[in-house]
Amino acid sequence: MRNLFSLLLLTSLANPAFADEVKVAVAANFTAPMQKIAVEFEKDTGHKALVSTGATGAFYAQIKNGAPFEIFLSADDETPAKLEAEGAGVKGSRFTYAIGRLVLWSAKPGFVDARGEVLKKGDFNKLALANPKTAPYGSAALEVMKKLGVQEALQPKIVQGENISQTFQFVSTGNAEVGFVALSQVWQDGVLKSGSAWIVPADLYAPIRQDAILLAKGEGKPAAEALLKYLKGDKAKAVIKSYGYER
Amino acid sequence: MNAISLRVQHAFPGFALDVDLQLPGRGVTVLFGHSGSGKTTLLRCVAGLERAADARIEVNGNCWQAADRFTPTWQREIGYVFQEASLFPHLDVCGNLAFGMKRAGATVHQDEIRVMAARFGIEHLLGRKPDGLSGGERQRVAIARALLTRPRLLLMDEPLSALDHARKQEILPYLERLHDELDIPVLYVTHQIEEAARLADHLVLLEAGRVVLSAPLTEALSRLDSPLARDHDAGVVVPTQVLGHDEAWHLTHLGFAGGEIQVSQRALHVGQAVRVRILARDISIALSGDNASSIQNRFACAVTGIAPAEDPAQCLVALDVKGVALLARITRLSAERLGLVVGKPVWAQVKAVALLD
Amino acid sequence: MLLPDSQDWAAIWLTLKLASIVTVLLLILGTPLAWWLARTHSRLRGAISALVALPLVLPPTVLGFYLLLLMGPNGPAGQLTQALGIGLLPFTFAGLVVASTFYSLPFVVQPIQNAIEAIGPRPLEVAATLRARPWDTFWSVVVPLARPGFLTAAVLGFAHTVGEFGVVLMIGGNIPGATRVISVQIYDHVEALEYAQAHWLAAGMVAFSFVVLFLLYTLNPDARRKPA
Repeated sequence: MRNLFSLLLLTSLANPAFADEVKVAVAANFTAPMQKIAVEFEKDTGHKALVSTGATGAFYAQIKNGAPFEIFLSADDETPAKLEAEGAGVKGSRFTYAIGRLVLWSAKPGFVDARGEVLKKGDFNKLALANPKTAPYGSAALEVMKKLGVQEALQPKIVQGENISQTFQFVSTGNAEVGFVALSQVWQDGVLKSGSAWIVPADLYAPIRQDAILLAKGEGKPAAEALLKYLKGDKAKAVIKSYGYER
Repeated sequence: MNAISLRVQHAFPGFALDVDLQLPGRGVTVLFGHSGSGKTTLLRCVAGLERAADARIEVNGNCWQAADRFTPTWQREIGYVFQEASLFPHLDVCGNLAFGMKRAGATVHQDEIRVMAARFGIEHLLGRKPDGLSGGERQRVAIARALLTRPRLLLMDEPLSALDHARKQEILPYLERLHDELDIPVLYVTHQIEEAARLADHLVLLEAGRVVLSAPLTEALSRLDSPLARDHDAGVVVPTQVLGHDEAWHLTHLGFAGGEIQVSQRALHVGQAVRVRILARDISIALSGDNASSIQNRFACAVTGIAPAEDPAQCLVALDVKGVALLARITRLSAERLGLVVGKPVWAQVKAVALLD
Repeated sequence: MLLPDSQDWAAIWLTLKLASIVTVLLLILGTPLAWWLARTHSRLRGAISALVALPLVLPPTVLGFYLLLLMGPNGPAGQLTQALGIGLLPFTFAGLVVASTFYSLPFVVQPIQNAIEAIGPRPLEVAATLRARPWDTFWSVVVPLARPGFLTAAVLGFAHTVGEFGVVLMIGGNIPGATRVISVQIYDHVEALEYAQAHWLAAGMVAFSFVVLFLLYTLNPDARRKPA
C-alpha cells in the first residue's frame, strides 16, 4: 500500500506540478494535424489535449448548450466570431490557426491537369463539392467556378457532400470523378498522396480562414492557455504546413 | 366394385406409411387406428396435402397421383373436413359456405346455400362470424362448406374429436343422415370405435403405418382373427329395422335377419333403419332356449368358431344367427362345460343392446 | 418566424415520393421474402433472416458507405448498372430508392413474416381443399388474415424511409429535387444555423411520426384473429 502510494507520488512529480487536461473541439478537416499536435503538446508541456472532432455547426449548437469544451478550432472564421459576440467565447482570444487550400482532385492519375482545364471541358461524370451553404470549402469551390465562368455549365454535374470529408469520400470511391476537396486531405509531407490534382490559385477564392477561440469554460485555465500558445508556435506551424494548410 | 385404389409408401423420420388398399366407391369407409397409426397421413395423401414419395392414388377413375403425376389439392374434387372446423375468420358463415362453391365452378345460388344450411341446421347463422359460433355449429358449417363444392370424395379427419360429448351427439345424427343420403364415397378417420360402429360400411384398421384389416364393418367386427375382437369393448353391429312398438310394456321391436330384438321403447318410426351394437361381453350362451330367464333377446344359432381372448380365463365364440354374425365372450370354463365346438347349435342370450342413433 | 421556403417544400415532396415508392416496392419484394421465411425449412433461412435484419443493428452510415462502394464505378453493382445502360446509381433518385429499400427491408419483412407465421398452414390447406389456387388463396385468405401485419409493415416501412438520414447522406449528394430529402434539409439548416427553418421541419417530422405511430397502435390493435 505504501509502495503504491509512493509510486503515485512519483508519477505526479514526474510531470510539471500544473499538469492538466484541456478539452478541445476540432473541425473534422483538421483532425489529423491536431492529433499530431496533441502528441507534441503533451510531450512538451505535460498537458493532455482531449480532442473531439466534428462538424462546425454541430459544435456551435453544442457549445451554446453547455458542452464542456474549452477551446474550439473551427472550420471557418464566422462561427468563432459569432460565439465571441454571443459571449460564449473569450473576447480577444480569436486567431487564425490555419488557412485552408482548395484543390481540384481526382482519384484517377492524370485526370486533372495542372491548370484545371478539365473544369472547362467538363469531361467527367460528377463534380463533388462540399455543401456551400454550410462548408467553407464548398463556398470557396462555388466562388472558383463562378470566377472561371463554368458554374452554370457544371451545375447538373454537381453533387454535394455534407462536409469536406464526405466530399472526399465521393471522389476517392470514384463515384464522382472530380471534386473540390481540401488540400490537407490529399497532401502529405509536401507531395500529393494519390490521384491527380490542381491546386486552385489563391486569387480565385477568398482565403478559407480557420479560426480558433478560447471558450468561456476554458477562461483562466492554464492548460487551455498553454494549448492556444502552442498552436501559435513554430512546432505547430510546421505540422500544419506539412498537411497542406497555409499559415 | 373397388373404386378407390390407394397404394402409398412414404417414410417420415421414425415412421413409415406403407399401404395398399382397394376400397368401395360408395358408402363410408372408416380408417381406424390409434394415434400414430398413419390414418390421418393417409387421408392427407389422398387429399394431396401431403406428397407421398411413392404413391398411386385413384378415385372413381381419376388418377391423382402416380409416378409421373401429382394433382395439386385444389384440382382434386374432394371435400375435406378437418379436426378443427378451420372456418375462415374473416368471412361470415355464408361467405365460408360460398368460398369453395364459387371455386368449384358452380354458380353461387343463395338457394342452394340455404338448402344445405337447413340440412345442417345452420340457416339461422348465415350472417354470423365464426368466432360467435359454438364448436358444434362450426363443425356443421365446415361439413356443409365441404359438401357445397360437390365433391366426388368426402374426406373427414376426426371431425368430432375436438368436441365434447354433448356436441358429438349434436352432430352424429347429421353424419348418419349424410351416410344415408350421400352417393359419394366417404373416407372417415377416427380412433373411436363408437363412431366407426355408427357410421362405417367398410372398416380399415391401421397399425404403425400398415393395414391390419380391411373388410365390411360387420365382418371386421365379428371376425375372430380381427384385433378388434380382442378389445375389451369388442362387439358386432347389426343393422335392424323398427318393426313396431309395444305400448303396454314400453318396448320397441327391431327386426333383423336373425329374428327380433326388443329394446326399451324409443321414439323411432316404424320401418326406420337402426344400427344396434351388441358387445361380446353382453352375450351369454345356453344350450337350450326354453329355460326360464329374464333375458328376452334369445336367438338360436350355431357356433362358427372359438378363439382365445386377451384374458386367459376367457374365450371368444363366433356365432351365426341365420347369416348374421355375433360375437360372445365367455369363460373358458363355461365353454368347456357346455362342450362348445364348431357347428354346435346353441342359444345366444343378449343381455344388453345399444341402439346407435 | 421564418416559414418553410420552396426548397423545404421540395424536400418534403421528394421525401413523400421516395417513401411512397419505397413502401410499394418493399411490399412487392418483402411479401414473397416474408412468405418464404415464414414457410421454409431451408438451411438458408437463418442466414437470410440475419441479412434482412442487418439494417436494424448497423449504423446507417455503414450501409450507406458500402452502398456507395458497391454501386460506385468500381463496385460490382455499379458495373452491372453501367453494363445495363442504367448508369451509376449514387446521387440519383433511383439510387436513393434502392438504398432505402435495403435500409427499410426488415421493417416490412418482419411484420409480414410474423403475421404469416401466426396464420399457420391450416387456412391454406383448407383453401386448397376448397379448390382455391395458390394465388387465389394468397389474396382471399392470406392477405385478409395477415392484414394487420401488412398494415404495420407498410406504415413502418414508410415512416422509416421518411426518417432515413445516414444512408442518404452517404450516397445522396444533396441534389435538390433528386436526393435532398427532409432529414438532409434539416441537417443543412442546423449546420447553417438556420434554426427557425430547422424547427419547422424537425417539429413537422416529430408530429408526422407521432401521428403515424399513434394511428398504427390505435387502429390496429394487434387483432391477430386465429382460425375458428
